[in-house]
Amino acid sequence: MNKQEALINYFIRLGDNNLVLGQRLAEWCSNGPILEEDLAMTNISLDHFGQAEFMYDTAAELEEKGRTADDIAFRRSERQYCNNLITEIPNGDFAFTTVRQMLYSAFAKFLYEALSESKHETLAALSARALKEVKYHYRHSSEWVVRLGQGTAESKQRTQFALNEIWTFTGNLFEMNETDNILIAEGIAVDLNSIYPKWVFTVNEIIKNAGLEIPTQTYMQKGGIDGMHTEHLGHLLCELQYLQRAYPDAKW
Amino acid sequence: MAQNSNQLPLWEVFIQSNSGAPYKHVGSVHASDKQMALQNARDIYTRRNEGRSIWVVLSENIAASTSDEEAEFFDPSDDKAYRRPTFYQIPEGVKNI
Amino acid sequence: MKTEQAKLDEFQARIDRDEKIEPKDWMPPEYRKTLLRQISQHAHSEVIGMQPEGNWVLRAPTLRAKKILLAKIQDEGGHGLYLYSAAETLGIDREELIQQLHEGKAKYSNIFNYPALNWADIGAIGWLVDGAAIVNQVSLQRTSFGSYSRAMVRICKEESFHQRQGYEIMVHMMKGNDEQKEMAQDAMNRWWWPALMMFGPHDTDSAHTHQSMTWRIKRESNDVLRQRFINKTVDQAHFIGLTVPDKDLKFNEATGHWESGPINWDEFREVINGKGPCNHQRMSHHIRVHNEGKWVRDAALAYAEAQSKQKAELIPQ
Repeated sequence: MNKQEALINYFIRLGDNNLVLGQRLAEWCSNGPILEEDLAMTNISLDHFGQAEFMYDTAAELEEKGRTADDIAFRRSERQYCNNLITEIPNGDFAFTTVRQMLYSAFAKFLYEALSESKHETLAALSARALKEVKYHYRHSSEWVVRLGQGTAESKQRTQFALNEIWTFTGNLFEMNETDNILIAEGIAVDLNSIYPKWVFTVNEIIKNAGLEIPTQTYMQKGGIDGMHTEHLGHLLCELQYLQRAYPDAKW
Repeated sequence: MAQNSNQLPLWEVFIQSNSGAPYKHVGSVHASDKQMALQNARDIYTRRNEGRSIWVVLSENIAASTSDEEAEFFDPSDDKAYRRPTFYQIPEGVKNI
Repeated sequence: MKTEQAKLDEFQARIDRDEKIEPKDWMPPEYRKTLLRQISQHAHSEVIGMQPEGNWVLRAPTLRAKKILLAKIQDEGGHGLYLYSAAETLGIDREELIQQLHEGKAKYSNIFNYPALNWADIGAIGWLVDGAAIVNQVSLQRTSFGSYSRAMVRICKEESFHQRQGYEIMVHMMKGNDEQKEMAQDAMNRWWWPALMMFGPHDTDSAHTHQSMTWRIKRESNDVLRQRFINKTVDQAHFIGLTVPDKDLKFNEATGHWESGPINWDEFREVINGKGPCNHQRMSHHIRVHNEGKWVRDAALAYAEAQSKQKAELIPQ
């Protein structure tokens, strides 16, 4: 793999996380526990799709294969997506979605903070821009985790359950492969090991404030960035890609 | 009414469009605490960059005059014209006043 | 002490002077009741309208279409919120309004009792349904109740992009392949008449209209608004090659109006009385979601109460 290929992969990975998580959040449309929260979640979803588009546009430009952002978003097969696993798991209940969002957004916050210093100008600029939105997502979701953890016995139980179920996907956020290694050497990508302690500290604080416990099981799921996904991704892509696949020659 | 509502308490929202401008009432949101109220207000009332600053106040904390009281409340100021700059005659040519 | 009649006369005089009535002002009980009904139904409609569009947001065919549809749905929810806000200024709680909806005591716009069957429906909904809503809402900007009028002004500013979003979808499809054209025409065929019915019964059959107009809640009649919508929309349809599914439609040179064929008021009555394709589905969806969300609202309230007893830092920086 050369530097250019690694760069394209990296942008696609960033795009994929946003695309998949955006799609999950959009499922909450007209399903929120209160109207204001319905809007808050679709607002975050919209942010994610916006970020996905920027990342894919950049990847498409770098590729020079004549692919568009839409081609990258809608025309790949399951094994070609490189999002982290945590973004593709189903929404569950509101506690589940909120815990997942918090864990991911905390990661994204530190990631984009670091990438804002990237030697790649476009990546730095897109990251700085995404960071503003991510800070909001992080604040929103972490405050809700605390509310739910401290709220009622039921909300606490649901939130702890969510944490127990999702924790196994968190290690995967810090997995790196050849793409990362090449780009880290160039000062373009960030070594995820360097942001891991910040993430751990932050997440521990939130969980403590929420009156919850970090799960003790330590087995971490692997995959995602190399195209090895859970069985959930296929179904998500089915819906996402439907019109483009059903009418392959149509322009929308 | 608001206390027993499961739709969460009602807050009134005020937006300041630019630095130095007054805060304008734009509507209300439901929320259980200040942080939520501010975020909801931002999501609902500033999607099109309508503001740089938001105030939220629990609706029950707003005291309002009524139109019945309008006469006694506001008319008396009408006959105190000397409060307005146009009441006074300043000779032409005088500056800075 | 003023007599009821004196108060009514003074109220009418204010209306006739085009003064805005504010929530704390004296108003006839019937005025208050009518407003509450109208505003809350308008609010419910916006929220129920999120369902057919939410149904397709996951399958939007491009990133651009997805983002635009998400933004539109957000606007709709936001409009529902502004309107609930306006209704609440009359002293009713949103909890009660939702209960009225669930019990069938409050209605929502009939149009959303129809299903969104293919992607072109999203186009048709934006173009026709929002288009009809705009005609109505522009007129309502001058409604006499202050809170409602302000909500309408806000909504109108945001609404025009919705109609363009819908029309753009139809434009693309009518420029597309045969399958897309067929889909677009099919959506047109199914949404045209229900959109016309959005303006309500003919003026001659409308019970509420006279009082509503006297109190300037309503500024223009159903038929006037409906005709305005028909005139602009027929041209838009023809421009992109869509056929209006009305064999009696004809242009009247003298009046400059497109004259519509007869509206099927039986269908209107059936659907408004619960016998439409989606009535049950829309309502059970709303009820289920509301019930499923209760534990979240309970948690938020419990937390806030506990917090008001102690200050704490919520999140590390």
